[in-house]
Amino acid sequence: MMDFAYWLPIIWAVILVAAISIYVVLDGFDLGIGMLFALERHPDRRDVMVNTIAPVWDGNETWMVLGGAVLYGVFPGAYATLLPAFYLPIVLMLLALIFRGVAFEFRIMTRDTGREGMWNAGFMAGSAIAAFCQGAILGGVVQGIRVVDGAFAGGPLDWLTPFSILCGLSVMCGYALLGATWLIWRTTGVLEESCRRWAARLAVGLFIGIVAVSLWTPLLHAPYLRRWTDWPNIAFVAPVPVLVVVLGGLFIMGLRRGHSKGPFLCALGWFFLCLSGLGITVWPYAVPPGLTLWDVSSPPSSQFFQLIGTAILLPIILTYTIYSYHVFRGKVTETDGYH
Amino acid sequence: MQYAHDPALLLARFQFAFTVGVHIIFPAFSIGLAAYLAVLEGLWLRTGRPVFLDLYRYWIKVFSIVFGMGVVSGLVMSYEFGTNWSVFSKKAGPITGVLLSYEVMTAFFLEAGFLGVMLFGMNKVGRKLHFAATCCVSVGTLISMTWILSSNSWMQTPRGYTIDPATGRFMPADWLAIIFNPSFPFRLVHMGLAAFLSVAFIVGATGAWHMLKARKAGKISSEPVRVMFSMAMWMAAIVAPLQILAGDAHGLNTLKYQPAKIAAMEGDWVSEDHAPELLFGIPNMKTEHTDYAIRLPLAGSLILTHSLNGKVPGMKDFPRDQRPPSPVIFFSFRIMVALGMLMMLVGLWSLWLRRNSTLFTNPLFHRVALCMAPAGFLALLCGWITTEVGRQPWTVYGLLRTSDSVSPVALSSMAFSMTAFVVVYVLVFGSGMGILVRMLGRTPQEGEHDTPPSHASGILATSMHPGVIDPSTGKGA
Repeated sequence: MMDFAYWLPIIWAVILVAAISIYVVLDGFDLGIGMLFALERHPDRRDVMVNTIAPVWDGNETWMVLGGAVLYGVFPGAYATLLPAFYLPIVLMLLALIFRGVAFEFRIMTRDTGREGMWNAGFMAGSAIAAFCQGAILGGVVQGIRVVDGAFAGGPLDWLTPFSILCGLSVMCGYALLGATWLIWRTTGVLEESCRRWAARLAVGLFIGIVAVSLWTPLLHAPYLRRWTDWPNIAFVAPVPVLVVVLGGLFIMGLRRGHSKGPFLCALGWFFLCLSGLGITVWPYAVPPGLTLWDVSSPPSSQFFQLIGTAILLPIILTYTIYSYHVFRGKVTETDGYH
Repeated sequence: MQYAHDPALLLARFQFAFTVGVHIIFPAFSIGLAAYLAVLEGLWLRTGRPVFLDLYRYWIKVFSIVFGMGVVSGLVMSYEFGTNWSVFSKKAGPITGVLLSYEVMTAFFLEAGFLGVMLFGMNKVGRKLHFAATCCVSVGTLISMTWILSSNSWMQTPRGYTIDPATGRFMPADWLAIIFNPSFPFRLVHMGLAAFLSVAFIVGATGAWHMLKARKAGKISSEPVRVMFSMAMWMAAIVAPLQILAGDAHGLNTLKYQPAKIAAMEGDWVSEDHAPELLFGIPNMKTEHTDYAIRLPLAGSLILTHSLNGKVPGMKDFPRDQRPPSPVIFFSFRIMVALGMLMMLVGLWSLWLRRNSTLFTNPLFHRVALCMAPAGFLALLCGWITTEVGRQPWTVYGLLRTSDSVSPVALSSMAFSMTAFVVVYVLVFGSGMGILVRMLGRTPQEGEHDTPPSHASGILATSMHPGVIDPSTGKGA
């Protein structure tokens, strides 16, 4: 039983990180497309941008619901301390996602009433605010929260620091990059050309963000610094920054040579590396700096019961999610009938 | 009620009630409408009658709006347990969090995964696969309802747990006992029927509106309008009486497991046999008396115990700090019952008119059906208020108090977010309602199907979205 109690939270941490990564990637390009509305003003091309994600966006957002539910069921101690700690950015993010989500339908349904502009603005601002809040929350988790007796004991604005703001801006930049590279893959003509230009600039922005966050993070807590610099850890973690640079090179090549999928895959790779880097940094804490995975997890009977279902259901979910993407594959053009 | 004056707790409760009260409308709408769409598409495939496809196209536009609003308002709920009720989620998360996770994995993904195909995929996957997608979405809404009601029922009638003495956490001991707790089957049936009934009255009112409009213009209403009205009235005639039976059974179950809730719903203070039923009254929690009561002799015992001398509980049986606020649920319960009776009368009236072949020609009935549009949803909300406020002062009935469940969130944050929620919800969901009403005001066309089904979603998208170019004709709509 002792082994069980040790390993279950580790398995669940891997599943949770996977769910968050899938969310970040999938809804990342959705939110990025919302932000790119700021750069693309032409109504037909805006429709194409939305058309590329309309059939899949709420499936993408469901990964975030899963993240919340897993945290609630498997790591209730983390759910119960992190959510009050990040109360304001979470509420702000949820409200922003409301605007973003309803705008898909509302902007088109209100087209003949002259209120479309409001929902386009809602789509854009909602995406931007949600992206910023997600980055700021992530940064806030890494910098840690004040916990006394297993409950959040800090103030409502503790999360708001230069570090969390930097993380918020970096995630905005990163999501916009995902959106632009997704559109390079899925669209043609003028829109694709614009996206190639935007992607190059956004990649520079994200690269600066990654470097700044990477240099800043180890300075937040002493254990973070040791994790990255002590021997033999350094042998295992050194490839992470090297791979970031290698992917950057591939990205520039893909963009210059007109690859359609390459830039998107490189951007995904960057996100994957960043999330792994953060995972390596905070391990084994669920609520830095004080609470570990085991401190916050639910009883093994809860984790085990949920694990059985997950082991059966997650592969099925992935299968029909891939099927749904397959149905709507290929380049989307301005003459496509679905929105 | 020593906690009643803590403003942060009151705000947390009010905010949760407000957000879930808005949210509950959309999943209930989706449950009923998805099933209706599956029936329509199935009938179209089986009979080949274009009218069913017309109706499918008409109502799927409504569905896309309703479902979207359900997704975004539901996302709020999955985080609000933690933001507002962190102590509850920490203690009960090992049970309710796991049930919620199962809901996400078995239902939300299924709905979202096939919604894209359902809305936009008719010309990409063919009729049969498209029908399968519609069925998946419909089944997904039902599975979702099952899990969330299991979780909610567990909070009302907790079973299958032990309490860890060190941490006060609920530890799962028997998952089958947790899922199939005593009030779950009753709540599931009652809520499921409520969702179907609510949508039946929306569909019926839409049909009635278009018949009245056609009548005013001196025309005969179109076939899709008559078919939707007829289908809705069949639902009303069959489901409304069933719902009253289900509600009665649920009431007996509540009497057995939550007698304090029943006493508060009935405004009864003293336990008695041969109890009357209060038709009206104003329960006063301070004086422990129900003022201005109008009593129907013996009816209380008869309704609650199905016998004239059955014993009915009174609120004085329970300590003051364990009584739910009777003035709220006394009225919400009565409004729900009255609306339920009205819906049944409309259903029976429709049967009578149908027998005389005047279902489509009686303008008075159409006006009544139009006014009854929100009846189902109002009854549903009142029922929800009754069961949730009736659970007070507990979050987990008899075990964890609401006042001990709340998050350590500053009052200022709570006040800020409350304001933001109200402003955003009024703006977004108010606009959504406006869009829905406008959509339903558009008469369903018999010509909505005039191209082969392989081009169906093109037509769907163009008729939905006037700005989009139709690929099959090359013309803008």
